[in-house]
Amino acid sequence: MGRIHSIETMGTLDGPGIRMVVFFQGCKLRCQYCHNPDTWSLSGGIEETAEAIVKKAVRYKPYFKSNNGGITFSGGEPLLQPDFLIECLKLCKKEGIHTTLDTSGVGLGMYDEILSYTDLVVLDIKHEDPILYKEVTGHSINDYRIFKNAVIKNDKKLWIKHVVVPSLTDDIQHIKKLEEEIKSFKLKNIEKIELLPYHTLGVFKYRELGIPYKLENIDSMNINNLNKLKSYMNLANLI
Amino acid sequence: MLRTQWNGFKEGKWVEEINVREFIQLNYIPYSGNESFLENPTERTKILFKKATELMMKELKKGVLDIDTTTISGIDNFNPGYLDKDNEIIVGFQTDAPLKRMINPYGGIRMVEGALNAYGYEMPEELNNVFHEYRKTHNTGVFDAYTPEIRKARTVGLLTGLPDAYGRGRIIGDYRRIALYGIDILIDEKNKELSNISFPMVEDSMREREEISEQIKALKKIKSMALKYGFDISNPASSAKEAVQFVYFGYLAGVKENNGAAMSLGRISTFLDIYIERDLKNNIISEKEAQELIDQLVLKLRMVRHLRTPEYNELFAGDPNWVTEVLGGMGCDGRTLVSKTSFRFLHTLTNLSEAPEPNMTILWSKDLPESFKKYCAKMSIETSSIQYENDDIMRPMYGDDYAIACCISAMRVGKEMQFFGARCNLAKALLYAINGGVDEIKGIKVIDSIEPINDETLEYNKVYNNYKKVLEYIAELYVNTMNIIHYMHDKYAYEAGQMALHDYNIGRNMAFGVAGLSIVADSLSAIKYAKVKPVRKNGVTVEFNIDGEFPMYGNDDDRVDFIAKDILNIFINELRKHKTYRNAKHTLSVLTITSNVVYGKKTGSTPDGRTAGTPFAPGANPMHGRDKSGALASLNSVAKLQYENVCEDGISNTFTIIPEAIGKLERHRIDNLETILDGYFIQDGHHLNVNVINREKLIDAMDNPEKYPNLTIRVSGYAVNFNRLTKEQQMEVISRTFHNKM
Repeated sequence: MGRIHSIETMGTLDGPGIRMVVFFQGCKLRCQYCHNPDTWSLSGGIEETAEAIVKKAVRYKPYFKSNNGGITFSGGEPLLQPDFLIECLKLCKKEGIHTTLDTSGVGLGMYDEILSYTDLVVLDIKHEDPILYKEVTGHSINDYRIFKNAVIKNDKKLWIKHVVVPSLTDDIQHIKKLEEEIKSFKLKNIEKIELLPYHTLGVFKYRELGIPYKLENIDSMNINNLNKLKSYMNLANLI
Repeated sequence: MLRTQWNGFKEGKWVEEINVREFIQLNYIPYSGNESFLENPTERTKILFKKATELMMKELKKGVLDIDTTTISGIDNFNPGYLDKDNEIIVGFQTDAPLKRMINPYGGIRMVEGALNAYGYEMPEELNNVFHEYRKTHNTGVFDAYTPEIRKARTVGLLTGLPDAYGRGRIIGDYRRIALYGIDILIDEKNKELSNISFPMVEDSMREREEISEQIKALKKIKSMALKYGFDISNPASSAKEAVQFVYFGYLAGVKENNGAAMSLGRISTFLDIYIERDLKNNIISEKEAQELIDQLVLKLRMVRHLRTPEYNELFAGDPNWVTEVLGGMGCDGRTLVSKTSFRFLHTLTNLSEAPEPNMTILWSKDLPESFKKYCAKMSIETSSIQYENDDIMRPMYGDDYAIACCISAMRVGKEMQFFGARCNLAKALLYAINGGVDEIKGIKVIDSIEPINDETLEYNKVYNNYKKVLEYIAELYVNTMNIIHYMHDKYAYEAGQMALHDYNIGRNMAFGVAGLSIVADSLSAIKYAKVKPVRKNGVTVEFNIDGEFPMYGNDDDRVDFIAKDILNIFINELRKHKTYRNAKHTLSVLTITSNVVYGKKTGSTPDGRTAGTPFAPGANPMHGRDKSGALASLNSVAKLQYENVCEDGISNTFTIIPEAIGKLERHRIDNLETILDGYFIQDGHHLNVNVINREKLIDAMDNPEKYPNLTIRVSGYAVNFNRLTKEQQMEVISRTFHNKM
C-alpha cells in the first residue's frame, strides 16, 4: 500500500511520449513557488496498492507503444515511499512499461534499487547553492546531493528541470552556476534541460488550504526574460 | 467498349460494367511521402476566395444572403450562377447566384413558410396554393399516417429531429460515376435495369419501375443542367479538370434536388487523383494547377446552402450540410488508399483557411503511412477541422470503397443507402421508468403500461427492470415511426438524382439513434452505488438528492462504463424485434450533433444530479466535467461501447484538449496526437473529433466574433464555424471538458 494524491491518465510533459502520471502524496520540501501544496502532507491522499496502479497503467499501453510513453511517478515526492515505489517500478518492468521518476531527489535512500528499475530520471534541481537551496525549499541541500551521486553512479538517463522565479531564481549569476551544476552530471546522459517559467496557477490552492503564500506579490515569469536567461547557457538539449 | 477518354488507364471489368472501385484499384498510385510537394493557391483562387469570404460575412450578418422565391428546387430549374466567371475553374451553384437559397417544398411546405417568414420573406401565393391544394408533400403524408402515440412521443421530445418535415439526406450518390462513364452510359444501364423488371406487377416491382424511370429523368436533367454551364457530360471526363467538374455536377444535382440534412460527397479524392496523375504525367497540368482544381472544388462545396427554419438550426447549428469527404484508409489488398490528392484536400485548410466544410474525415488505420498520419495530426492541431474514424473496424464490414454519410454513418458508395432516423431521448426514457410513463415536463402520460416507482430511495433492480420495459415500448414506437417517415419520403420526396448514381440492388440501413447515454449510465450508477432519493411534485420527480459517491462514465471504470454498453445492447435488440420498411437493416448511433442542447432543455432533472434543462453531453461523450481522470481514461470509456453488431451507425466522441496539454513543441504535439489516435482506434474506438484549442480563445470569440471569422470547432460529427452557433450552444461548448492537465 502507498499513499497517492491522484492519477492523471494523460501527461505529455512528464517524460517521453504520452504518460500516465502517478502523483505520490507527501513531500519534505516546502518550495516557495510550489503549485501543488496539497501534495505536501504525508498523511493525506488516498491509499492504493501497487497492483491497482500498474493494472490501471496496463489499460493505457495502447497509447504508450509508439513513442516511448509509459508511466511517470511524480508527486509530492515519490522517493519518500521507497518500498512502495520499488513495488510499482518492478511491476511496470514486468509489464514492459517505460518508467520515469520525477523527483527533486529528497528521499529516504534505497536509491540503487529504485534506479535499477527506472528508465529515466526527471530531476528538479531547486538550486545549486546550499544557502539559496535552503531559502527556496526550506530544506538542506545534502539529501539532493546524495541522490545526485546515486544517479551518476547508476549511469541513468536524465532530464533536468529548474523553475525560474522572478527575483528568486532569475539572476544571471545563478543561471551560470546552475549550468556548472548540470555539467557535474555525466553529460552524455542528459537528454533534455528545461528552464520552466514560474506561474501563479497554483496560488488559489494556498488560499483553500489556509497556507500563507510567500510569493504573493510576484508575477508569473516573463517568457522573453526567460529566453534571455536561456541564452546564457551553452548546454546541448536546452529547451 | 473502350473510350478515348480512358486512354492511359488500365482496363478491367470496369470498362464493361459500372465498377468504380475496380477502376480505382487498378489505376491509383498510393502515396506514402510527405506534404512537401503541396503548392499555394493560384491568383485566381485567391481572388475567388476573397469574394466568397466577403459574401459569407455579409450572409452571416443577415442570416441568409438571398432567397429565390420564384423558382422551386430541382436539378435543372435554375439558370447558371457564377461568383466571378473569369476566375472560376470549377463552376456551378445551386441557384443563379452564389449563396442564394432555394425553396424546396417537397419535404414540407410549412418548413418553407416558416423559413421564409423568419427571414422576412413572403410566401408566394402560387406556391402556397400548389402545395396545399394540388401537390401533397412528404410532411403531409407522414402526418396522415402518424398514430396518436407517435404524435405524443414527438410532442414531448421523446423522439426529436425526425426527418418528417424536411429532407432525410444521408444518401451519397456515387458522383464519380459521371466522370468515369459519362451520363449516357449511366442512362443505358438504368434502361437495362428497367427492362429487367416485369410481371407480376406487385407493389415492389411497380415502385421499382417508377423509381428507375425517375432516375433516368434525373440523369437527363443533370446532363441538361451541365450543358447550361457549357459542359457536355454525355461522355466520360477526358481530363482532371473535367473529372473534378463532372463529379461536382453530380453532387450539385443532389443539393439542387434535395434539402437533405446531410449531403455527403463520398470518397472522391483518390479517384480524382488518378486523373490528376495522368495529366501531370502528360504535362497537361502542373502541381499548382492540380491544387487549384481541388481548392476551387472545395470553395464551391463551402458555398452549398439550404433554406431552413431557426428551430431546425437549434437542432443542427451553424448551417451545416455535412459535405463529408473521407480521406485515407487502407485497401483490402493492404495498399494504402492515401494518394497525393488526399493531401491536396487537407491542404485546402491552409490555402483557404480553416473551415467546417467539407467535413473532412480521415479513415484512420494503424497501417496508414506515417507521414500522412503526421500531416493529419498537424492539420488538426492547426485548424480543429478534422474528424477521424476507424478504418480498421469498418473495412472488414464495408470493404474499401465505403464513405461516411453525415458524421459517422458508413456505407458502401453507390451500393448502400440509409433511412435516417434522428434519435430518441434515453435520459427522458429513464425518467419515464421512474414516473410511470408520465412526462416530467408536460405532465402527460406517454406510456401506459409502466408502474410508477414511489420508493423513498430508488432501488436499482426495480428502476432497471422498468427501464427495460420503457425501452421495449419505445423501440416498437420508434421503428414504426421510421417506417411511416421513409415510406412517405420515398413516395413524395424521392431523391431520384442521387439514387440514379446507385446500383439497382442496394442495401438499406434504418439508422436509429440515441441521445443522453452518459446521463443514463451515470444515473443508473448513482442508483446502484449511492443512495438516490427523488423529490416528487404531483407524483412526478422534480429533483434527486444523492447521498454518497458513485462511479461516473468517462473515468475508465467498468462498473459504470458497462452500464452504458449494456443499455445500447438492450436497445438495438429491442429495435430488431420490429419489421422495417423495405427490409432495411437496423442500425444504431450514439450521436447528437448539436441537439444535445435542445434535448437537455426538454428533459427534467435526472438521477445523476444533472438539473432540469442542463444540456446533455454530445454524442457518446462523458458528461461535462465528470471525466476527471484525464483524457486517456475518458477515451477508454468511450472505446468500450461496441461498434460491430451494436452501434453500426457509429459512436461519436468529441475530444477537446488545450494545445499546451498535448505537448511542448509542435513536433511533440504532432507525435502525441498521432499516438492518441492510434491508441484509441487500436482499442476499437469508432470516431473522434479532435479540437486543439483554448477555452479562453472561445470566450474571446464569443465577445469578439470579428476577430475570428474562420474559427472552426468540431462539435459532434461535424465542424461548425463558432460564430454561427447560438449563444446557448456557444456556452455549452465552452462548458465541455477541456483536457488541460499539464
